[in-house]
Amino acid sequence: MNTTSDAVNVTLPPPVPATPVASHSSVALMASSPQIDPPDRFALRDGSESHKGEGGAPLLKVEGLSKYYGTRMGCADVSFSLWPGEVLAVVGESGSGKTTLLNCLSTNLEPSFGRALYRMRDEEFRNLYELSEAERRFLMRTDWGFVHQNPADGLRMTVSAGANVGERLMAVGDRHYGRIRATALDWLGRVEIAADRIDDEPRSFSGGMRQRLQIARNLVTSPRLVFMDEPTGGLDVSVQARLLDLLRSLVSELGLAAVVVTHDLAVARLLSHRMMVMKDGRVIEAGLTDRVLDDPREPYTQLLVSSILQV
Amino acid sequence: MSPTPTYNFAYLDEQTKRMIRRAILKAIAIPGYQAPFASREMPMPYGWGTGGVQITASIIGPDDVLKVIDQGADDTTNAVSIRAFFAKVANVATTTRTADATIIQTRHRIPERKLAEGQILVYQVPIPEPLRFLEPRETETRKMHALEEYGLMHVKLYEDIAKHGEIATTYAYPVKVEGRYVMDPSPTPKFDNPKMHMSEALQLFGAGREKRIYAVPPYTEVVSLDFEDHPFEIQTFTDPCAMCGAEGVYLDEVVLDDKGGHMYVCSDTDHCEERRLSGHRGVLSGDPLEAAE
Repeated sequence: MNTTSDAVNVTLPPPVPATPVASHSSVALMASSPQIDPPDRFALRDGSESHKGEGGAPLLKVEGLSKYYGTRMGCADVSFSLWPGEVLAVVGESGSGKTTLLNCLSTNLEPSFGRALYRMRDEEFRNLYELSEAERRFLMRTDWGFVHQNPADGLRMTVSAGANVGERLMAVGDRHYGRIRATALDWLGRVEIAADRIDDEPRSFSGGMRQRLQIARNLVTSPRLVFMDEPTGGLDVSVQARLLDLLRSLVSELGLAAVVVTHDLAVARLLSHRMMVMKDGRVIEAGLTDRVLDDPREPYTQLLVSSILQV
Repeated sequence: MSPTPTYNFAYLDEQTKRMIRRAILKAIAIPGYQAPFASREMPMPYGWGTGGVQITASIIGPDDVLKVIDQGADDTTNAVSIRAFFAKVANVATTTRTADATIIQTRHRIPERKLAEGQILVYQVPIPEPLRFLEPRETETRKMHALEEYGLMHVKLYEDIAKHGEIATTYAYPVKVEGRYVMDPSPTPKFDNPKMHMSEALQLFGAGREKRIYAVPPYTEVVSLDFEDHPFEIQTFTDPCAMCGAEGVYLDEVVLDDKGGHMYVCSDTDHCEERRLSGHRGVLSGDPLEAAE
């Protein structure tokens, strides 16, 4: 772990176009990596289509991020890079520092050490923790999204679904009611909410609908990076399955980069390209999702994977 | 008999007046910004105009002429008692005539007669924060003002259109002052919003319970928020005033009987009186119609 800060500097560039874009590409990449999967290989990517044409620069570079609550450690020395179009899952049991990490990344919390460099739309890397509050909040409602586990935290429960989706548009200066409403309708359709519910308050929505509405609300400004905190938590499995399906198609359609925090390995398997396993605030294993789940190396990861209930 | 209590001129002590004047100056320097001030207890309940009374007490001088209106009327309880209060504690001249007043304290109307340079309009404000009903946290609304995050205000207007087909907010209609701060014009009907724009008179707003003072200096841009495809509109009335026949003024509906009979009269009593004195007549003014003109 001590080598992380150096490691970021030697982060491999994304796969060259010569890499065959096939389902085996990840296997090929893995084969060429050293026997152990150290943190400096977090930068590995699965080489899927969506990464192409991005000039190869990561969207987010996290370097030695640590958060202490007084003397208690929330998370320590986390480093990774995230490329456009890539979904990174952060898994681990509760109390492992996943949410602390997510809150640091989304600038809801200020880390004690380390930095997170984000590639702004002008292609310049800026340290998130050195941005002014105005810039951070602007980022939060334009370039980023945050999907809360509890939709009530991410929605305005007392205004209509249409206004929930339209709020970000109005926040960035759209002043045309007809256009805002049309966009809201379009997004409700994309997240499978019936058009005639547009003027209903989310209070009257089911849990799954609320979560889909929250997703629409976040994606309406075409963010480049979305943070998700247990997006399927608290939903029953059939609703979960549809939501995951939806998230998967939206992510690939829009080329979103996402950091998904979950304790549900199945969610990680379905959604993410890469995965980090956290324990006691530290990243203990990271790699391609399929590799980590099919061939876990750390004893704790092995425990985690073998703990999945089989039906 | 106990001796008659004596008050400092205009009731408030001089230190308090200085404190309030400083807040007023700050408010004028930053149009639309809610300057906090150490609101005092006044001999009246919160919600009855303690903010407006404190501003008036701080700016009034022996030569001032005071007019007080409540919903446009000079003769309602609130207006009469505040006028009497200042006549007693400041010994100033009072008037009901808009043109003669140097200070007009108002509750929820702007006089119909165009105010002139040198006049000061003092508003009594119950809730100064335009974002309050959308965002209950004061820390958050202050941040929103500081960072100019006013998207939420349009969410409210969006909801109006979605629910009612039009912007249904008819009073306390939010405005943007000098292109910067979103401000609550106190619960005046939106009919009066255009009068705030480029007004020649100084406009001061006092919220006693909420301890805030804000201001619109003369000749300041005041724009009512709206959507491109749902532009801001003021109320219109089909009938003219039944007393003075005025059109294009704000009217009150007065119920006449229990059979649905009603009439519309000027909300601004001084304006109505003045028109009647100069010979204008409405359908219910009691005089023969030919007396008009």
